[in-house]
Amino acid sequence: MEKVQLLKGNEALAEAAVRAGCRYYFGYPITPQNEIPAYMSKRLPEVGGVFIQAESETASINMVYGACSCGARAMTSSSSPGISLMQEGLSYLAGADLPAVVINVMRGGPGLGNISPSQADYLQSVKGGGHGDYNLIVLAPYSVQEIVDLTIKCFDLAFKYRNPVMLIADGMLGQMSEPVVLPKMIDVKDDLDWVVGNGNHAIIHSLYLNPEDMLEIHNAKLQKKYEAIKNECIEFEKYLCDDATSIFVSYGTPARVCKAAIDELREKGIKVGLFRPISLWPFPEKELNELASQVANHSGKVIVVEMAKNQLEQDVKLAVNGKCEIVALNKLGGAIFNETEIIDFVLKDRK
Amino acid sequence: MTQKTLYSKPKSLTDKVMHYCPGCSHSVVHKLLAEIIDEFDIQKDAIFIAPVGCAVLLYDYIDCDTVEASHGRAAAVATGIKRVKPNKQVISYQGDGDLLAIGMGETLHAANRGENITVVFINNAIYGMTGGQMAPTTLVGQKTATTAAGRKPSNEGYPIGACELINTLQAPYFIERCKVNDSKSIIKTKNILKKALKYQMEDKGYSFVEILSNCPTNWGLSPKDSNKWIEDIMQKNFPIGNFRDNGKEA
Ligand SMILES: Cc1ncc(C[n+]2csc(CCOP(=O)(O)OP(=O)(O)O)c2C)c(N)n1
Ligand code: SF4
Ligand SMILES: [Mg+2]
Repeated sequence: MEKVQLLKGNEALAEAAVRAGCRYYFGYPITPQNEIPAYMSKRLPEVGGVFIQAESETASINMVYGACSCGARAMTSSSSPGISLMQEGLSYLAGADLPAVVINVMRGGPGLGNISPSQADYLQSVKGGGHGDYNLIVLAPYSVQEIVDLTIKCFDLAFKYRNPVMLIADGMLGQMSEPVVLPKMIDVKDDLDWVVGNGNHAIIHSLYLNPEDMLEIHNAKLQKKYEAIKNECIEFEKYLCDDATSIFVSYGTPARVCKAAIDELREKGIKVGLFRPISLWPFPEKELNELASQVANHSGKVIVVEMAKNQLEQDVKLAVNGKCEIVALNKLGGAIFNETEIIDFVLKDRK
Repeated sequence: MTQKTLYSKPKSLTDKVMHYCPGCSHSVVHKLLAEIIDEFDIQKDAIFIAPVGCAVLLYDYIDCDTVEASHGRAAAVATGIKRVKPNKQVISYQGDGDLLAIGMGETLHAANRGENITVVFINNAIYGMTGGQMAPTTLVGQKTATTAAGRKPSNEGYPIGACELINTLQAPYFIERCKVNDSKSIIKTKNILKKALKYQMEDKGYSFVEILSNCPTNWGLSPKDSNKWIEDIMQKNFPIGNFRDNGKEA
């Protein structure tokens, strides 16, 4: 039988990365993700890996860039302000087609904000974040088990597409403990012909000086890759959507609260469901659009629930494309939603 | 009459025409590095880090595995590479803006960790690539695009000595400042670079070679005069010499 363990989100994430073959971790301390570097500093040497506490997040992401240039499974983790510092590096990773994994356990902002859970880095993550036309693959777990599963997926996707992948979790997910099942250590055999270190005159770069015959072509290749990712990497969960007249759209911790609210609302005879995007980029646009038609037929609403203002909502608007009414419930201070306020919001909105 | 080859282009140097301005030290140092790579026979074992600066296209000329770093982050990129490939020779090639301004943090911390890499520091007292702005190593009184009246300590502070700074750290194994403004110093610099790389091959740790270099274009001098300026003015501010050689026999 598979062993069930009680693990904190951040620690489960770190162990999952190790099981996925990650042997190089570079990071700078920041709450609420400090358990990740602490865990890695103990664990990586046990499996022949390397842990470095970098001098800054700028250094961390560039150490990851160096390690990925050699084809290694490398990662960094941070929280919001640190991720802001990594944006130039993320753009370079994307420009050089490098398979990095970056974790953002989000905290409140702007500025120093606070160390409480937040989802206010949504747009920064899914719209590129740094300079230039690029996309990160962005995955969002909502339980500790899903943190484990998606962390492993991050490495798979990063190497499959040679693209940086970001996992974003609100601070709540990083800090809470839940029972999880970890997979066995994966025996990674990345056979890569583009890496440096084999003496094949490999060059890792993102400079393409000539506009017409170089950068235009490079960007076209990147865009083609993003199209493939859009077709192949959509992931979402539907909860009680089949007969729903209104639909919550939410991810991460707020999605859990939505589920609890749905159960109670249904007891009151109000048929709501939850659409939970798991891949935030690519966003499950088509699937949400179809649900919007269903909601429109019942004169219902799409209700966005996010610990941010008009971030997930922007993508929801694009997906719904005017088919039905959209309302939003936001929290911006670091407190998490409780189900009563979500239920009250729905009841009040129906009046 | 039989002909004997006395000298030929290093194997590790490509046939591409360099984009460097005539007389620029970058091309001299590139050639030295290619010669050393050949002499150690490590063309397949060397990994270069190209900086953002005039030498960004280093990989067009030196025919080795190369990773282009973002501006200033070469030492961090080199760290990532060396930790994955401890048996490869990692050479970080950087200008003064790259290494001492935007990348100061990465420079000092890589040195302080004693990363087993070789850093080649091209100090030309100016930002060559962006059109001749002040660098951290611009001399007091030196005119640049952003210090039209000359660098004034009251506003811009003083030039930073990279070797002196790194010499305050405990971990580095080898630190030396040299120049390439005449044939004698070019030969000397080659030997210094060779020593630095040898130490890396012997797993001795961090080595740092600062090379006083010219930028005729942005200094507004002929190549000849710019080399004279290094001799007469620049090296007074940045004294040539070895700062540390932990491998030196007692
Ligand atoms: C983040 C960032 N800031 C600024 C620049 C513009 N930039 C390119 S090279 C350079 C300075 C280069 O000077 P140096 O490192 O001394 O190299 P040199 O050209 O003199 O060899 C600057 C400021 C950049 N590319 N990236
Ligand atoms: S601008 Fe200066 S440093 Fe750059 S290639 Fe020309 S002479 Fe050399
Ligand atoms: Mg310079």
